[in-house]
Amino acid sequence: MSKPTGLAYFWYTLEQRMATPTPYLTMFGLSLWIFTYWLLCEGLEFWRFGKIPGPVTVLTDWFARDPFQGISIFKEEYYIHIWSSCRRIAIAFCIATGVGVPLGLFMGWSKAFRDYTFPILEVLRPIPPLAWVPLAILMFSGFETPVIFLATLASLFVTTLNTMLGVDSIDEEYFRAAGCLGSSKWQIFTNVVVPGALPFIFTGLQISVGVAWFSLVAAEMVSGDYGLGYLIVDSFMNNVTVPMVIGMLTLGLVGWGTSVMVRQVGRQLMQWQVKELAQQDR
Amino acid sequence: MTDAGPANMAASEGIDFGAGQSRMELKNVSKGYGEEWEFDQVLGNLSLEVEAGMLTVVVGPSGCGKSTLVNLIAGFETPDTGTILLDGSEVTGPGKERMVVFQETALMPWQTTYENIVFGPKLRGDYQGGNLEAEAVKLIEKVGLADFKDKYPLQLSGGMQRRAELARALINEPRIMIMDEPFRGLDAMSRELMQEFFLKIFEENRRTQIFVTSEIDEAIFLADRLVVLSNKPAEVRTVIDIDLPRPRDFKMMSSPEAYRYKSEAMEILHEEAMKSFSDSASASGFMEVYAKTGD
Ligand SMILES: Nc1ncnc2c1ncn2[C@@H]1O[C@H](COP(=O)(O)OP(=O)(O)O)[C@@H](O)[C@H]1O
Ligand SMILES: [Mg+2]
Repeated sequence: MSKPTGLAYFWYTLEQRMATPTPYLTMFGLSLWIFTYWLLCEGLEFWRFGKIPGPVTVLTDWFARDPFQGISIFKEEYYIHIWSSCRRIAIAFCIATGVGVPLGLFMGWSKAFRDYTFPILEVLRPIPPLAWVPLAILMFSGFETPVIFLATLASLFVTTLNTMLGVDSIDEEYFRAAGCLGSSKWQIFTNVVVPGALPFIFTGLQISVGVAWFSLVAAEMVSGDYGLGYLIVDSFMNNVTVPMVIGMLTLGLVGWGTSVMVRQVGRQLMQWQVKELAQQDR
Repeated sequence: MTDAGPANMAASEGIDFGAGQSRMELKNVSKGYGEEWEFDQVLGNLSLEVEAGMLTVVVGPSGCGKSTLVNLIAGFETPDTGTILLDGSEVTGPGKERMVVFQETALMPWQTTYENIVFGPKLRGDYQGGNLEAEAVKLIEKVGLADFKDKYPLQLSGGMQRRAELARALINEPRIMIMDEPFRGLDAMSRELMQEFFLKIFEENRRTQIFVTSEIDEAIFLADRLVVLSNKPAEVRTVIDIDLPRPRDFKMMSSPEAYRYKSEAMEILHEEAMKSFSDSASASGFMEVYAKTGD
């Protein structure tokens, strides 16, 4: 049988998936989690959990044409919040990757360059994004730039550090083999350093996109006009708790989506590793 | 064996590896590691002549400094004293005229078999032997990897990886090939197959070859000339010419000559171990060789 293509392949993989316990375990775990959530907030109204909107309230509002507390999938505003955050994440993630990966590669590759830059990186890295907020507001005008700056910063450190460690992880044998085969320094960089560091780079990018969400939301909470972070904090201020929970869950889902995307790109770029990854997946 | 014979054979195969035979000479080479107060002398005054067109096997207990020697010949490290000469000119760094097949596999995992094999000539852009792609495909077929041309190293078995590496070295037409325990870690069956295969390739054009191993049977089966090293600090203890006929066959290993060569080499290795029995690290290194040979 030849390998099916397009939609046929999609159905084939879906069928294969459904034959494993994974989807059922996921469903079961999810139901258990939602049930506990319901029990605490709506079923028993246990202690202060009674103040929190339970799953029934949240879902009703989330999918209502005319939501009680203003936010649902039928409201344009909801998508403006998502879009604002996603756009900021995309910009921040691209800057962080575009700067962090080359920076990390050169830090790993050149001892001298590392000596110049590493101490600065190590001093700046532990400072949490929230501590940067006042400085960001002073440095940049408006809502947009400081927020993007904050989201970029944290993920930049993660990407740079992981990329550098990726270069460190490359076995000496490959450098020797390339040297023996007569590669120039630059050829070694493009043919050994870059592909060799790729697995670490993508591990770093998955973490970095998560970190970008963290700091973005923190930044939107302090300074912003739109965005999921803003939605959460604004709803809380206005005493409407349902949009707050909707905002949180949306954030989680969108964030998950972005890291799946990063992972997929990584798999595409590292076909040579796919088998290995499949073995690790268990 | 004349020079003309093997060269003709290579020509009739359509692949001409005969880049001319080169000769290597190591003169009073020494090398050590560590700070002055804990200096570890690995090679002590080692002199060795590697004759042109010959398969010189270097045998010694593990940990005696064989890989260190290979690193020096490859040019990854420089000797503390002494010189290494290839056809009279000194080795100063890595170069494509000296190809090394490493102890651990060093195929680039992110390149397919084909990409790995053409890697060197493609980067240097200096391929002389006509169409690189066609030659690479021919070579891939020759090492029996036609079906694995576009597979990644992780998808190959250990023996296949070694053959791919052999091809990656051969396509550069080096003047000398150096192999550092290349079949270590393969199971007994693939190991025998690889030894036979390696000899077939060698006998085709007799490119000057240094083969490093810690297994005495392998050493005798392959060698034109056997160099037995002492324990650390390694020196050449003795050189034995192995006059078994070629092409070689595993049946020859049970002949009286083979047995004589083996006991001659074993006696020296045994002596070496006895000398340094107080030095437990080296002794255990020797015991490893001794145990492997099994009798
Ligand atoms: N780069 C190094 N730094 C310090 N010691 C080394 C280094 N390379 C090898 N050695 C030492 O040299 C000795 C011989 O090593 P090696 O050449 O790998 O032996 P073999 O290949 O014969 O098993 C070992 O004792 C090892 O500790
Ligand atoms: Mg070794």
